[in-house]
Amino acid sequence: MSEKHLSSQFDSDLNGISSQLMEMGGLVEIQIQRAIEALARFSTVLADEVVADEDRVDAMEVTIDRALTSVVARRQPAARDLRFLLAVSKITTNLERAGDEAHKIARRVKSIVEGGEIRNMPIGDLHLAFDLATDLIHRALDAFARLDVNAAVSIMKEDNIIDREFKGFTRKLITYMMEDPRTISHSLDLLFLAKAVERIGDHAKNIAEFIIYIVKGTDVRHSSLTHIESVIQ
Amino acid sequence: MMQNTVPIANPLSGAFSGTGARAVPVSFPGPLPGVPPASVSEPLINPATTGKDAPAKIAVQNLNFYYGRTQALKEISLEIPAYRVTAFIGPSGCGKSTLLRTFNRMFELYPDQRAEGSILLDGENLLTSKRDVALIRARVGMVFQKPTPFPMSIFDNIAFGARLFEPLSLIDMEERVEWALRKAALWEEVKDKLSSSGMSLSGGQQQRLCIARAIAVKPELLLLDEPCSALDPISTARIEELIAELKNDYTVIIVTHNMQQAARVSDYTAYMYLGSLVEFGETEQIFFKPRRQETEDYITGRFG
Repeated sequence: MSEKHLSSQFDSDLNGISSQLMEMGGLVEIQIQRAIEALARFSTVLADEVVADEDRVDAMEVTIDRALTSVVARRQPAARDLRFLLAVSKITTNLERAGDEAHKIARRVKSIVEGGEIRNMPIGDLHLAFDLATDLIHRALDAFARLDVNAAVSIMKEDNIIDREFKGFTRKLITYMMEDPRTISHSLDLLFLAKAVERIGDHAKNIAEFIIYIVKGTDVRHSSLTHIESVIQ
Repeated sequence: MMQNTVPIANPLSGAFSGTGARAVPVSFPGPLPGVPPASVSEPLINPATTGKDAPAKIAVQNLNFYYGRTQALKEISLEIPAYRVTAFIGPSGCGKSTLLRTFNRMFELYPDQRAEGSILLDGENLLTSKRDVALIRARVGMVFQKPTPFPMSIFDNIAFGARLFEPLSLIDMEERVEWALRKAALWEEVKDKLSSSGMSLSGGQQQRLCIARAIAVKPELLLLDEPCSALDPISTARIEELIAELKNDYTVIIVTHNMQQAARVSDYTAYMYLGSLVEFGETEQIFFKPRRQETEDYITGRFG
């Protein structure tokens, strides 16, 4: 059974879109890692780089969308080709938004540094969530490149861990703020940073859902993990 | 089998080196995991036609068809739902036109062609029916790939078939002709020249004339064998509009090489290959998420 399109141009269009998406994903990963590093070192230099990369990510999103439009208009894709193209369009949106979150972290780092008192930022509690979120975006891109539905499901499970971490962290911050109102300003900074990380995890989870959509043809958004696991069987 | 896996670099390597994005070679995937292997001979009954959506107008059971010693259809079983448009798709030689032509026993015009099994039209087996075949064809109208107007006036083209089966008065016949031409979306274009030859019309108009002629005898089932393949996009769009209209009154089966056309006009689609029915289902399902790998390969243009 032939695995390629009769039209090799069609294949190369689709492969080109895949490669561009991976390239965009790579840029976003770097943005996230730099934003976290900027926070760890309170480095405005790194923070500025994250802000500067925003334009490149946005430009890639536009480029990929244009390529998708062209394939839809010229090829009338069906079945898995159609699902692939629809999913890529959604995945670029999620990547761009993950990049936005990195951008928000970077800007917050700059405002913290410019406000002084950086020594007292207890960011240690955020490390687990940071690591998980960075890892999830990376694995979501891997799973996309391999169209690996099992990897997609494990991403969804781990996003639940980030969400739990975030809730626990929020409760902790509330306790701090109630005990000592002088921590409110710092706590709000931390809450903001934690929220951005939690959103990055959500975008990775969304990407994972679209991988299942491509492979299985089932829209698993807003479904329970149990249901999703039955879908991929 | 193409390798789908790609080497992925360590997530952190190069991240801070300022070299920009990872370049990961990605190949578009081959057959997806989890799609059941092909079993072309398995007969398929569409669950959607077993009383859920529409009753079956035609039920084909274990149909085999031979051109002399060559078997052209193999154990075809399917149910065509009433008042719906069903499309037969598949590469040349897959048997889709052959299957269509068994529904009005068109094959009997040729020697050495025979059909085995059963084709139930409203429960009556067409293959063993003792009825006059002309009466069967009055119930099952057909339109061919190439427009086939008779060498007579537009009016007589339409009236010809109707006259054979019904003794209509001239007034009734005029009404019938106008009705058929209106149904076929041709009336406005020909109402002032009904006595001109049918051959004087354009290709698209001729084809609509043939559809008008087919429906003038008020058949129950309308068979369209690549009705648009010789037409320009505007005439094609008109005929597709017409097909959507016709399914209110008729059961329509269309054979088409144009997959987009099948996707646009039909409610159900049957994919055939090498004389077997590979998959039959709702058109949306077939074009979005076919159950079989062979169907997917064909509709996505991977067939080779």
